[in-house]
Amino acid sequence: MSRPTTYAQALNTALRDSLTQDESVLVFGEDVGALGGVFRITDGLTRDFGEERCFDTPLAEAGITGFAIGLCMQGFRPVIEMQFDAFGYPAFEQVVSHVAKMRNRTRGQLTLPMVLRYPYAGGIGGVEHHCDSSEGYYVHTPGLHVVSPSTPADAYSLLREAIASDDPVVFLEPKSLYWSKAELELPTRTEPFGRAAVRRVGSDVTLITYGPQVPNALRAAEIAAAEEDWDVEVVDLRTLVPFDDETVAASVRKTGRAVVLAEAQGFAGMGAEVAARVSERCFHSLAAPVLRVSGLDMPYPPPILEHTYLPGVDRILDTIARLQWDDEPDLTHEAAGTQAVHA
Amino acid sequence: MSDITSLLPCPQPVRFLDPDGSTTEHDPGTAATLEARGYSIPAEEDLLAVWRGMVIGRRFDTQATALTKQGRLAVYPSSRGQDACQVAPVLALGEQDWLFPTYRDSMALVTRGIDPVEALTLLRGDWHCGYDPVATRTAPQCTPLSTQIVHAAGAADGMRRRGTGGVALGFIGDGATSEGDFHEGLNFAAVFDAPLVVLVQNNKYAISVPLAKQSKAPALAYKGVGYGVRSEQVDGNDPAAMLSVMRSAYAHARAGHGPVLVEAHTYRMEAHTNADDATRYRTSEEVDDWTGQDPVVRLQAYLVARGALDEARIEEVREQAEAFAADVRTRMHAEPKVDPMALFEHVYAEPTPQLREQAEMVRAEIAGSAHAAHPVPETEEATR
Repeated sequence: MSRPTTYAQALNTALRDSLTQDESVLVFGEDVGALGGVFRITDGLTRDFGEERCFDTPLAEAGITGFAIGLCMQGFRPVIEMQFDAFGYPAFEQVVSHVAKMRNRTRGQLTLPMVLRYPYAGGIGGVEHHCDSSEGYYVHTPGLHVVSPSTPADAYSLLREAIASDDPVVFLEPKSLYWSKAELELPTRTEPFGRAAVRRVGSDVTLITYGPQVPNALRAAEIAAAEEDWDVEVVDLRTLVPFDDETVAASVRKTGRAVVLAEAQGFAGMGAEVAARVSERCFHSLAAPVLRVSGLDMPYPPPILEHTYLPGVDRILDTIARLQWDDEPDLTHEAAGTQAVHA
Repeated sequence: MSDITSLLPCPQPVRFLDPDGSTTEHDPGTAATLEARGYSIPAEEDLLAVWRGMVIGRRFDTQATALTKQGRLAVYPSSRGQDACQVAPVLALGEQDWLFPTYRDSMALVTRGIDPVEALTLLRGDWHCGYDPVATRTAPQCTPLSTQIVHAAGAADGMRRRGTGGVALGFIGDGATSEGDFHEGLNFAAVFDAPLVVLVQNNKYAISVPLAKQSKAPALAYKGVGYGVRSEQVDGNDPAAMLSVMRSAYAHARAGHGPVLVEAHTYRMEAHTNADDATRYRTSEEVDDWTGQDPVVRLQAYLVARGALDEARIEEVREQAEAFAADVRTRMHAEPKVDPMALFEHVYAEPTPQLREQAEMVRAEIAGSAHAAHPVPETEEATR
């Protein structure tokens, strides 16, 4: 029976179902035991599955990650929690030098079926070091799958797929979406890794985004339809690696315009990669340059100022407005940058 | 909380054999201390196996150094002088146990029974790891310092969970005990009572940086005590002491009493690698002093004096070592067979679409028609 389910509940249920179905699954990290995780994603797992299946570890992210690697060598499937994205950096060497490379360096003989869960990105009023968007580091590292679900259904389905995957998966959970809800019946299965989803069908411009910015994109699309008569198609990437060129390119070829929306700082980020891929594949279909909307190129700001930093509906609409709607190149503005330009 | 006295290492490194091969049994104080710590000199039969392993391992090591000079290896970090640390701990492992070696532990890999050409694959440069880690229960040789110690802790804990009775042995050098992952690995293993044994081969230098600039610890073994880890220090050039101490460590870990840290005092006789110039940072007098403490000479003298070893057997094993080296030489002189397309095979279980495109590009480049290939598929004709 379908019922209102939060994103956090969907993740919790996915962990429960994986723990039930596969005895090799282990859940561990800082505070995931009795507390249930600082975001309560592992709530009740130690109580229901025992200390041997869901347990607290010493407070050391490289240790947690390396320990998971060793457990993989003994046939376990660890799901580790990094508590906050910016707390994951001590584990960076383990992730980049070992997690991502083990299959390759051993020619497929030693594989690491582990999931690294990162409460991810901002918009929750967190103080310093609690709101980074660190996907750029991981998508740049071959050997990792990188996933960021934007709906409770995807949160459930993609986490189940991540745990079942024989490759390591960086699983980015937007903190701002943990309490978002959907009518849902669990278990559910959505499209697999590597498939983007068209969240809103439109004909004038494709807005490509993922994770925490999907709700923003949909809000902007509704306002654009109501106030500007722009019919915006919203594509949710769902998995950043593997990347769905096919769905993205098909949408842009149809609409002829593209904006890439990502919450992370923009320079050399995921948004740049998407913009380049769209330009390479859809050049002859484009009526305007591919534009990016992103956070700002600065350290994540203090909570009271985070809404200046975060791409909001206004910044999205302003960027869409710069897409040469009159079919005349607008030479009065620089195309680069994310600064709002009022058309 | 553990009783701290049960964790403390022996005030002096455990030693059974002096450099000339005579035993330390003549010193009643030493003998009583070793007995109280549960150590006894191993049986002749076991020491003969260690001696043979060292003779073959040493010959393998000098052969690998020679191959580097001939350009057959990209680089070779020799473990000559550390032979007792390389051979005794590995021979004392059981089949179910796991080994976590570093780049300097090729002699240990050969002792483990890994094909020498597979052991040298990393250093020849035809792949990163030449052997099957699962089949050999030996992790890939680890280059990022101390990162393998947390893997070893996790693997040890996995064996505890599975009830296999196995232990994990992690090798590490003196310099790498300054790295954070060493400490995190010891701490994790202690907290989970994981059957991990970490052997620090303190060969006195991290490339050029001497131990005095690395640590203020009275001995590196003391670094375990703060984590509640039983700790020990041993003369790493005394094969009898190495075998006895490592056996005791494995028994402790296997019995569920938690991890053990062992520091072996030894010396790297060669430079860091063939690319290094050790004369810039250490004296020939120092090297000469350690030449007089050679572990192979030491054990051989002991066994000969005991009548356990004679010239005929020495010659027989020497010939086995020569044959081993000759086989390595012959096979390493053959050009490695490499397939560029193999680069794409194991990045993921299933390659991403993007990787498939790049594979096609490289395939075309190899076929000599690079001009016809491009990683980006042709775009459709303009639709507007």
